[in-house]
Amino acid sequence: MTTATHAAGRTGAAARKPATMAQALNQALRDALANDPAVHVLGEDVGTLGGVFRITDGLTKEFGEDRCTDTPLAEAGILGTAVGMAMYGLRPVVEMQFDAFAYPAFEQLVSHVARMRNRTRGTMPLPLTIRIPYGGGIGGVEHHSDSSEAYYLHTPGLHVVTPATVEDAYGLLRAAIASDDPVVFLEPKRLYWSKAQWSPQEPSEVAPIGRAVVRRPGRTATLVTYGPSLPVCLEAAEAAKEEGWDLGVVDLRSLVPFDEETVAAVVRGTGRAVVVHESSGFGGAGAEIAARITERCFHHLEAPVLRVAGFDIPYPPPMLERHHLPGVDRILDAVGRLQWEEG
Amino acid sequence: MTVLDTPAWRPRTDAAPLLPDPEPYRLLGTPEAAELDPALLRALYGQLVRGRRYNAQATALTKQGRLAVYPSSTGQEACEVAAALALKPQDWLFPSYRDTLAVVARGVDPVEALTLLRGDWHTGYDPHTHRVAPLSTPLATQLPHAVGLAHAARLSGDDVVALAMVGDGGTSEGDFHEAMNFAAVWQSPVVFLVQNNGFAISVPLAKQTAAPTIAHKAVGYGMPGRLVDGNDAAAMHQVLTEAVERARTGGGPTLVEAVTYRIEAHTNADDATRYRDDTEVAAWREHDPIALLERELTSRGLLDDALRTGTAADAEEMAASLRERMHSDPHLDPMDLFAHVYAEPTQQLREQQAQLQAELEAERQS
Ligand SMILES: Cc1ncc(C[n+]2csc(CCOP(=O)(O)OP(=O)(O)O)c2C)c(N)n1
Ligand SMILES: [Mg+2]
Repeated sequence: MTTATHAAGRTGAAARKPATMAQALNQALRDALANDPAVHVLGEDVGTLGGVFRITDGLTKEFGEDRCTDTPLAEAGILGTAVGMAMYGLRPVVEMQFDAFAYPAFEQLVSHVARMRNRTRGTMPLPLTIRIPYGGGIGGVEHHSDSSEAYYLHTPGLHVVTPATVEDAYGLLRAAIASDDPVVFLEPKRLYWSKAQWSPQEPSEVAPIGRAVVRRPGRTATLVTYGPSLPVCLEAAEAAKEEGWDLGVVDLRSLVPFDEETVAAVVRGTGRAVVVHESSGFGGAGAEIAARITERCFHHLEAPVLRVAGFDIPYPPPMLERHHLPGVDRILDAVGRLQWEEG
Repeated sequence: MTVLDTPAWRPRTDAAPLLPDPEPYRLLGTPEAAELDPALLRALYGQLVRGRRYNAQATALTKQGRLAVYPSSTGQEACEVAAALALKPQDWLFPSYRDTLAVVARGVDPVEALTLLRGDWHTGYDPHTHRVAPLSTPLATQLPHAVGLAHAARLSGDDVVALAMVGDGGTSEGDFHEAMNFAAVWQSPVVFLVQNNGFAISVPLAKQTAAPTIAHKAVGYGMPGRLVDGNDAAAMHQVLTEAVERARTGGGPTLVEAVTYRIEAHTNADDATRYRDDTEVAAWREHDPIALLERELTSRGLLDDALRTGTAADAEEMAASLRERMHSDPHLDPMDLFAHVYAEPTQQLREQQAQLQAELEAERQS
């Protein structure tokens, strides 16, 4: 049984095994709504339409408008009212329509969602899930392709997770909804229709939040990545065989908590690491990951930890985005700079 | 079908019944006041006097270095007290930083209400005990919380109303707008109480809004707006009680604008002489909430010496207890910094906690 199908008491899963990430997310929401009356879905167009990405398709029909609610169009209001609902003991799951349209909710997220447990000495935790479709590669026009994870992972009190496979989409979302901490759940929108399923190397886990997974073992260098960049890294690892490199790939799945143990153990084994993500490199998740690898693995490293990230530019228009997104060549180029001659 | 038959065409609500009175509503000193229950007037009087004493004591504690900062509600006691008294035990109060008096009037221990301002933690009370949300500092952000909580309670079939407090300046914030709109669309059992005390720190109301009154804003959301003399404790109590009752019985949200005045500076750290005239303060001192109520009690023969001295003694006792307890240093445990960030601390937090613990150990040894 995989991570996904094992999560949080799911019943009758085998018969309806989702084929895409979008279906898996929909199934996770449906099962969460069915299993726990405290779960409420709210957002823009999540009702009759089923969301602009159809992730909430059919939920209002099945569970009624009180459980899956079309809200007024106001992101701070959506998250702010969800905070109040969570204060009362419900388990709201809010949908932000796009990465860049979650910014109006930023104050609620940083000043309240992230702090309420701490502020009240644990007496008022907020079991809230904030789903945000993120990242580029879908040909979106301005404001539809941001990778906003760095804003969130820099905020203590939030968990930040992002699935890259169909199974993880299901399992991580169930775990996020079941969590008593607020979870920013970043959905790589260009993988919504991907059918890629990788069984984790590890035995199945009920709640995978905070656990990285090795997607591909490799002896000579490690690619550390997450979300939309996982398929690119796996492709790069495949292509690297021609160069004689045996690249491993670690999928973080969870940026906060960050699974330092798994990453450090893998990188100690290879002595070389490249961190890959789509969002801008400066001040990004990769900077933190590279620093932690260096601190933890210094004596095992054969080369500095490199980063392959988006450029430090506002997200490009769709006709130019391919130059911005880390691709196989850019990853292999970085791998080539890992001081092989001295190794 | 024509456009006239589509939902977009016709107004959804009749605006006229939502409009506030042209003048702030008053009860004290009017013929209607004769109908007011003496027990209620006495109770309000006791709370106002206590509230005034509480404000004075808290301000004194800033001078003695026992509070980091205090935003006084002196002059606004009628609003603070009425907000607390209008609610039933199962209802929820959503206060701002200025509203520790309402929090205390609802039953929270003053020491716990002042924890944020003393600085030993952010919230000093368990919100569930008295159903009081944490004091909110980011302006108006508590308003959508009140709406969400009230919405959740209604979905759960519970008899719960949320009353949320905000200042005049806070009504310019986006969260004010969004909360009002959500509450009206959802018909949530919420009451919004705006204390229009004339200023947002130094900025007068004229620079916040061009609306006829703040109460008028309600009409744009499809909820009633009420304009009240915020220094008239009886009027405040009546209007808030009605609004709470309306919310409780499925009538939806109400916006109440209480016209009042911030007698003290914004906080003890502020210098109000830089932006306002003493004559204005003097005018409002003549319209003092306690004096207004005393006049009413006296004219009805309800204010005897026993009530006066009993009330004063009760207020003094509260102040003495507060003073005494605030003069002892609070217990601080630096390990608390890591205890409540998440349900389970992350590995990184455990390491940082160990680091701080080692530093403290080294400090103790040296
Ligand atoms: C979002 C936000 N912006 C700015 C501030 C700083 N600030 C604190 S109180 C205040 C004035 C608020 O005025 P008002 O809403 O009228 O409330 P009052 O202090 O008069 O009770 C300001 C600007 C803040 N707390 N939150
Ligand atoms: Mg004000």
